Amino acid sequence: MAVENRRLGAAMFAPAALYIVLLIGAPFALAVMYAFSDARIGTTGFHYVGFENFRSILQSPSFHAALRNSIVFTIVAQIIIIFCSTVLSIALEKPFRGRKLVRLLILLPWVAPISLGAIGWKWILDSIYSVITWVLVWAHVYKPYSAPMWLGEPHLAMASVILVHCWRLIPFSTVIMLAGLTAIPKEIPEAASIDGAGFWRRLFWIDIPMMAPIIWVAVLFGTIFTFTDMTVVYILTAGGPFDSTQTLPLLAFTTGIQGSDLAAGAATSLFLVPVLILIAYFMLRAAYRAEVV
Amino acid sequence: MAVVETRNLVKVFKQGDLGAVNNVNLETREGEFLVLLGPSGSGKTTLLRMIAGLEAPTSGEIRIGGQLVNELTPRERGIAMVFQSYALYPHLSVYENIVFPLKAQRVPKDQHKQKVEWAASLLGITSLLSRKPRQLSGGERQRVALARAIVREPRVFLLDEPLSNLDAKLRASAREELESFHDRIKTTTIYVTHDQVEAMALGDRVVVLNKGKVRQIGTPKEVYDEPADTFVATFLGSPPMNLLEFSEVIVGFRPEAFLPSALVPGAAAVEFNYRVNYVEYLGAERDLYGSLEGAGFESKEIVSRLSWTMPSGYDVGTVHEFSVHQSDLRFFDPKTEKRTQPRPYPWR
Amino acid sequence: MASQRVRELGARILHKFVILVSTVLLAFPFYWMVIATFKQNVDLYNTDNNPFKFNLSPTLEHLRLLFFDTRYVRWLGNTALVGVIVVAITLLLALPAAYALARLTGRWGQRMGIAIFLTYLVPPTLLFIPLSRIVALLGLQDTIWSVVVVYPTFTVPFSIWLLMGFFKAIPRELEDAAMVDGLTHFGAFLKLVIPISVSGILTVVIFTFTLVTQEFVYALTFISPESQQMVGVGIPIFLVRGDVYFWGSLMAACLITSVPIALLYNMFLDRFIAGFTVGAVK
Repeated sequence: MAVENRRLGAAMFAPAALYIVLLIGAPFALAVMYAFSDARIGTTGFHYVGFENFRSILQSPSFHAALRNSIVFTIVAQIIIIFCSTVLSIALEKPFRGRKLVRLLILLPWVAPISLGAIGWKWILDSIYSVITWVLVWAHVYKPYSAPMWLGEPHLAMASVILVHCWRLIPFSTVIMLAGLTAIPKEIPEAASIDGAGFWRRLFWIDIPMMAPIIWVAVLFGTIFTFTDMTVVYILTAGGPFDSTQTLPLLAFTTGIQGSDLAAGAATSLFLVPVLILIAYFMLRAAYRAEVV
Repeated sequence: MAVVETRNLVKVFKQGDLGAVNNVNLETREGEFLVLLGPSGSGKTTLLRMIAGLEAPTSGEIRIGGQLVNELTPRERGIAMVFQSYALYPHLSVYENIVFPLKAQRVPKDQHKQKVEWAASLLGITSLLSRKPRQLSGGERQRVALARAIVREPRVFLLDEPLSNLDAKLRASAREELESFHDRIKTTTIYVTHDQVEAMALGDRVVVLNKGKVRQIGTPKEVYDEPADTFVATFLGSPPMNLLEFSEVIVGFRPEAFLPSALVPGAAAVEFNYRVNYVEYLGAERDLYGSLEGAGFESKEIVSRLSWTMPSGYDVGTVHEFSVHQSDLRFFDPKTEKRTQPRPYPWR
Repeated sequence: MASQRVRELGARILHKFVILVSTVLLAFPFYWMVIATFKQNVDLYNTDNNPFKFNLSPTLEHLRLLFFDTRYVRWLGNTALVGVIVVAITLLLALPAAYALARLTGRWGQRMGIAIFLTYLVPPTLLFIPLSRIVALLGLQDTIWSVVVVYPTFTVPFSIWLLMGFFKAIPRELEDAAMVDGLTHFGAFLKLVIPISVSGILTVVIFTFTLVTQEFVYALTFISPESQQMVGVGIPIFLVRGDVYFWGSLMAACLITSVPIALLYNMFLDRFIAGFTVGAVK
């Protein structure tokens, strides 16, 4: 029975495996090849050029900005996201009237297609018609027409990009953490409360430590989604003003596809890999830990 | 050590539904091991949880040590509880599990180590202090749960079916450990179970509950020998008491009291003709399943329990004379199902 | 104790406050989309007017423009078609693979499962450059078939992972009983496991479909002509004529596209979480 099983198993697994090898593995290898070549859109052949692409990329100020921004955006966003979603998931744990509706509304940022949410925010942050500006002018924080350009000034643009990422991912993390919270057996917080633990002690000493594996998973996914995202920046600022919101994936897109320089684009996007490997490593560790609870 | 008292305690979960706990009055004695016994749904766990403060009563009073505790949170009641699943904190070591209540109650740090070691040695788990719960066996987990409960020196212990998650063999030894544990610390203990063997073995007194109502409170001997109604009579004892139901009276007798007539001599023996339909050989005992012959008896299944010392020969299909001693008969009123004085036998 | 009651009340107010503020902050852009959809341009583009209410009567003009003067409906159709086909391909590949990993391959299965999960971590923004070449080579450039071929790269690993969770939750004894009754193992899979898992499969279908609708990078890279584009790319790119953003219609499009997806997603979220927690955190 075991032999038959394994053959059948391999056969059933093969089509998916083949597809993945062909359409993920092969392109990945190709990306590496391109990074070391002079491939361009439009020409068919390409030649090995060693580390030339990497050398020129590393000298480009756009690249430095992109690298710095990718890391900063991701870390800052994650910190905000984890804090907010922890608070929110605890608030949502106990049933209350209207909880279903609240959950539907809260999920909207995550569920809506990325580009559409981003475009919505572009309108909200528009230099002239921004509703935020209107409210601030109405509250006399700014005089009319003297409000800052949310997407036009470098630091504000960065903050806006981070804001939109947080807005998108807080619902996602909250849902994951809620799942972690509800997975805690009811008797454990009860035992803690009989042992004398009040609300805060229960929260920090029991609930959150027991949620740790799931918080980890939320952080890792959130990091990937922010770090590898191109859509939000592309739509909000296209990397401007002056590269202040440039990110690695966007830079790869602009050089590789818009600029037709496949090789440079591929080389740029390869800088994502070390971070991804790091994340994969932590992901695996978290998965093993989570299974042995 | 304190006395736990409930007065007219009621718990209704949904308005209009029958209460999970219906007007329960009970009072423990100091230091006693009180068992709440009943089938699932009888309200025993709800009752325990109300005493613990995990559920709020719909009406009625709960007093611990004379003090009204209805408004107090669990941690203010000075109780400790062991849950069915033990509820050990999985991310903490055994030591950290046991020290947790001390930290939560802000016991001075210099006392922690000494108290934990005292509790651990009381339960024989000193060697396990650095392990995590998932590395422990079921019996070891029970001991850790008890250590965590005892370390605060509570005045009342509450236990919610702690043995039901253990497999059968382990259950007997774990039960013994509980008994000796109680002998050593002598704290008032309330213990919930659906297993009547456990109840009889462990309890100083047993509270028999059904559908949220107390049916009888008494020592194991009292509830077994002098059941207050047919529910208690049939719930305790396995196989349950034989009941002959007639329109005027219900007559009951235990299988071990229903024996071959030769073994029940004397004028006070009540005789029957018994046809054996089925025999179960259980080693130290034999259970005979059969029916009484004669007018007035329906083909109700009547059980006789013979010990291994008694003669054999009671095979399937044979009919014998079996008797019950008059003093072993119990009478119940058919309408109220409650125990009554002896009445004339409706047969013969 | 009185202080206890005060603390309880304070906690309850804080609780409601947190929920209210979070809901408003997260859902507010969509409320904004609703308003913008129906506001007359004169009202919309007047910075003196209160943006939160209708200062002039609402209008259907933006909707009319969207549905009749743009390719929005075409994009919806493209996306729906791609969604359906990709769902079919995904199920075809993922169902047997997930079952194989859940049941048939022992320790190897666990390792393969993790490997599959890791491929999900390879982002489109890494693969899109070589894939654009491959797509061009296959002659699928600028057609919807380019994304049909590529989208399963992220829907399949995700679906395998989800389905594994669902399959693992089915007791093995059921298949054993079926095989004792005469079915082959594969037959048991087809005739027993799949019908039992309909709820889980439906969840995977919904989530795969929503993943397709949310995608941006590949569609942007592989498809240029407006008529072939997906809705997620068409709206931000083509509802802009030169430098002029048709904000009213843009917001209408965002709203109309997002809400049904949100409703669908919400209906199946509980089942998704059930599968997720069984599969990931055993």
